[in-house]
This record gives sequence, structure tokens and C-alpha cells, in this order.
Amino acid sequence: MTSAPNQTEASETATDFDEFERHLLNDFQRGFPLAQRPYAEIARRLGHSEDDVLEGFARLTVKRAISRIGAIVAPQRTGWSTLAAMAVPEDRLDAVAKLVSGFEAVNHNYEREHRFNLWFVVTGRDQAAVQQVLQEIEAAAGLTVLDLPLVEAFRLDLGFPLQWT
Amino acid sequence: MDVSAKDRQLLGALEQGLALAARPYARLAASLGISELDVIARLRRLVADGVIRRFGVVVRHHELGYRANAMVVWDVPDDLVSDTGRRLAALPYITLCYRRPRRPPDWPYNLFCMIHGRDRAAVEALIEQATQHAGIADRPRAVLFSRRRFKQRGARYGAAQRPAA
Repeated sequence: MTSAPNQTEASETATDFDEFERHLLNDFQRGFPLAQRPYAEIARRLGHSEDDVLEGFARLTVKRAISRIGAIVAPQRTGWSTLAAMAVPEDRLDAVAKLVSGFEAVNHNYEREHRFNLWFVVTGRDQAAVQQVLQEIEAAAGLTVLDLPLVEAFRLDLGFPLQWT
Repeated sequence: MDVSAKDRQLLGALEQGLALAARPYARLAASLGISELDVIARLRRLVADGVIRRFGVVVRHHELGYRANAMVVWDVPDDLVSDTGRRLAALPYITLCYRRPRRPPDWPYNLFCMIHGRDRAAVEALIEQATQHAGIADRPRAVLFSRRRFKQRGARYGAAQRPAA
């Protein structure tokens, strides 16, 4: 790929990661060690030192390749979440997107190519809490929200096998 | 399985991500007033019970060179949607695959997939392949490529702020 990136934010490419970093990115998306010294365990598996692993993850975080090391919780198991969408007039999109992102209960918020052009995920303790946030967003934006909660999951987020070529 | 108040607090404390320190679970434990081994045991159980669907490194697709992603939606008859969803979910490049409700007349689609690729053309080719594989070429479909990402972070269910009594 030689086409110039048109994104304004940091844009690393796969070739910016060495073999060790690729293992850190790929091998522990699931099954991260649940042991007292998890980074030492990873170090043992990769044949490096614990400090190498800690520094490697810190570097990947600074490069924004890693968002975090953590738990992806199954939908509807510890709370409620929904996928929501709005059809926002083009000239209001920036303002409405900012308004939506400002809600603590919103995690993902994307512009997509469709009449329904703003898509976001709302999470809360329970369904009522999520409904409350959707109503607040509708009132603040003066627009109707499509509420599309999960009905059946065929594939959950199991991590993402990165390909380097 | 019931998720206890302490488990919710633990998941809440984890939302910021695991510390890059030699004993990260000890840090979590200190903030919750429980032991390091208790934290590890609780996380193991939450993984085993499927409340945590994966525990590990969360990568940022865009920063890793996966510049294009599309949400692809189809309108599939209710009696076929589960089988179709499972066929799509078996494909390695389908990262999420969910059934969600239709909202007629605005939103006629009930099957949702996410597909990430290096560029738009790659994603379009995968969409065609997936559509053929699942036998839904004749079904109404919409492809919603992402444009701008306004917000992306882990879900917050409010567990840390307001532990259940």
C-alpha cells in the first residue's frame, strides 16, 4: 500500500511493528494471563524479559495501537446496551456528534455513509438507564433515535487476527 | 449466573485498562479492598462463566492499518436469520455478527455484521464473498462504511461509580 493516508490522526502501518510487538498485539487478545505476574508469564512465552514486555505494551499504547488491556464484557450480562442511530442533517452533524459523544454512557460513536449517518453504542446498568439516555439524546438533538438492541449474537468480539502483509 | 456487586466493581475498575506494572491485579485489589488472589479468582470465574467474553489486548484497528470498516446489514426472513447469521459468523473476517430488531418503515434490516479491511476495495470484495457464502445475494442489503470516528473506548456500565447495594 503506497496510497497516502488522508487521516489526520496518528496512522501507523503494520510495517512499523517489529516481530516482538506483533506478538504482543496478536497473541494476547484472548487468554491474557490471569496470574500474579502476567507480564512475566508473557515474557516467558516470548523469550523476553518482563521489562521488555512492559515497555513493549507501553510503547504500543503510546503509538495508539493498543486501546487497553482489559475485559470485553458480554452484552446484556452485567447491564444493558444498545446500538443507536440518527439521521442527522449534514450541516448539524458535527454539533450533534459532539453532543452524543459528550454522554458518559456512549462509547462508540461513528459517522457512517447512510441516511442514518450517526451510529453510537449506549450502555448502562439496566434497560431503563439506557432508555433514559436515549430520551435525553433525542431531546437535546431534536431528532429521533433508532434503538436497535441485540436480539441474538452469532459472533461476539473474539479479538482480531492481524495480518501483516 | 448472577454477577455480584463486587464483580461489578471489579469490572468497573478494569474499564480504564489493566495497569502496566509487574503486579497489576494487586493494584486492582487495593482499589477494591480485596486480595490480589481474590481478584484473579474472580476474573477467572467471570471468563469461565462467559460474562467476560474475552480478556486481553484490545487493539485499535485503524491505527494498525485497517483503514476501512463497514457495517453490512440485510433483511433476512425471521425463520432463516439464525442459520444465516451462523454462516456469516463462521467467516474469519466477520468480527461481529448480530441479529437486531427491524424498525419499519425507517429501518428494514435485521442482520448486522462488521467487516474490517485494509481499504475500501478489500472490504467490498469481502462483502460480496460473505453474501454469496451465506446465500443472501437476493436479500435487501445496505453497506454503511464508516467515515469519522468521534469516540471509541470500552463500555462503561456505571459499575465503578455506583456499586449495587
